[in-house]
Amino acid sequence: MADLINLIENWLEKLMLGWGASQELSLFILQAIGSVLVVIICFAIVIALIWVERKLAGRIQDRFGPNRAGPFGIFQSFADIIKIFTKEYITPEGAEKGFYNVAPVLAIASVLAIWAVFPFAVNVLGADIHVGVLYIVAVGAFGILAILMAGWSSNNRYSLLGASRSVAMLISYEIPMVVSLLVPVLLAHSMKLSDIISAQQPWWNLIVAPLAALVFLISSMAEIGKAPFDLLEAESELVAGYHTEYSGMKFGMFYVAEFLHQYTVGALITIFFLGGWGGPLAVQWPILGFIYFHFKTFVVYLVISWIRLSLPRIRIDAMLNLNWKFLIPVSFINLVAVAIADRVMLEFSVARWIYVGIMFGLNIFILLVSLFLAGKASPEVERETFPANRPVAVPPGTESK
Amino acid sequence: MVPVLVFAAISLVTLGGAIAVVTNKNILHSAYFLVLAFVGVASVYVLLEAPFIAVIQVLIYIGAIAILIIFAIMLTRRLMSKDMEERNQQWIWAALGALLLFGVLGWLVYNANWPVIEAAVPKEPITLMGEELLSTYVVPFEIASVLLLAALVGSILIGREKDQESRSAE
Repeated sequence: MADLINLIENWLEKLMLGWGASQELSLFILQAIGSVLVVIICFAIVIALIWVERKLAGRIQDRFGPNRAGPFGIFQSFADIIKIFTKEYITPEGAEKGFYNVAPVLAIASVLAIWAVFPFAVNVLGADIHVGVLYIVAVGAFGILAILMAGWSSNNRYSLLGASRSVAMLISYEIPMVVSLLVPVLLAHSMKLSDIISAQQPWWNLIVAPLAALVFLISSMAEIGKAPFDLLEAESELVAGYHTEYSGMKFGMFYVAEFLHQYTVGALITIFFLGGWGGPLAVQWPILGFIYFHFKTFVVYLVISWIRLSLPRIRIDAMLNLNWKFLIPVSFINLVAVAIADRVMLEFSVARWIYVGIMFGLNIFILLVSLFLAGKASPEVERETFPANRPVAVPPGTESK
Repeated sequence: MVPVLVFAAISLVTLGGAIAVVTNKNILHSAYFLVLAFVGVASVYVLLEAPFIAVIQVLIYIGAIAILIIFAIMLTRRLMSKDMEERNQQWIWAALGALLLFGVLGWLVYNANWPVIEAAVPKEPITLMGEELLSTYVVPFEIASVLLLAALVGSILIGREKDQESRSAE
């Protein structure tokens, strides 16, 4: 029971070898089954997540959320799936047919490809390559390509504007994301995901490198492209941004890709900063590691949802300022400081708990100093003054009674 | 047998993509076919058991260069019009030059004495590479960094100058 996944795998392998299949063929079939399973589990999780997300959004915005289909509206997502499958596909006139149809597939593939390298438990690994971290960063590029494809091929100005904004945002936020990912790599002395997880077994990176975790959380929230960074599909400005012209399941694929991306970011934070599958008895009982992994991912997912449901959309200049004038310098300073501290403490071979304590203090110190400097550097916000006779519902400055 | 088939399929995709880049009428389609060709090259690196170079190929050529090209095309209005000619009068000279280059490169590749190392690939090639880059090859590494920095500063300078000119003109 403890090692259910490997038990089934071994049984299947023996079964296939017994049927006369060669070693390579059975390995190939097992890997194919594994990858299909990961994809199916991802989609099943997304169906549940959409319901959770809508229920949570309802609670936060002081309403009920879905409450008609089934108890607590659990079957709302299934009703939506049936609706979205039976909707008509509309291709706008003048659209580039090929690109228009490939874009949603590419969008969802770019997110699913990240899951190929995830270690789910101590002995349930995806492709455990030496360059796991780099792979995750590289595959993200296809998501940007898909957005550009969708925006351009729709033959719609709003779509094109959304796509152009996405490039300004996604590419610039990739820099602090990658630099903050270098901190766990540096601490584990490896780019292999399984090494990064085993390196942070008693002490999670959230404690050793809290600043990198914070920068990664903010910049990967921008990478998801949802509120407060939803400039690329701002309803009030761009209709729906790059997927304005999509309908039916093609829109559904973008929608699922977005939800799955948020869950994937949760998984990335779990792997890099929350110890991955680690937890009590996770090594002896790999199935527990699987549960811990998804539980932590789900918690991070809820935190991201909570942030994005509480904050209004950030203005485009403020978005770029936050990135270029705050996140990038802070993440670089953090990387250099952590590298030096790590090297010096390894030279003196200090005890593990002192190491962790100094790292934590250093991170908090850098964060406080940079927040102080940012506060000093930014000028006092001058509110726009309105003429006294400007017809507004509630003139600025009046107290609400 | 299987690796040969896989290699053949990858080569077909790479070469097909590369041919489509130069023959396509729409320049944006060409850019996306270029991405396809890059993916093919990255797959060849994977077949050669060089995952690091494969991932770097995807990261730099697709994640940075291809997106930059696509974005530049999208922002240039004239390039996107349907009646854009993909050739001008000089195509024959360009074709001759390309053929000549192909011939020279082909001759070189065919006749070069490729060194073969009998030892197996080390287990942690990235670690080794990093150490070599920061010890034996530290000077070229630093010179490359300075070159990149100079390019970065230069591009910022060009961008700023234009901005100020347009502002003073207003």
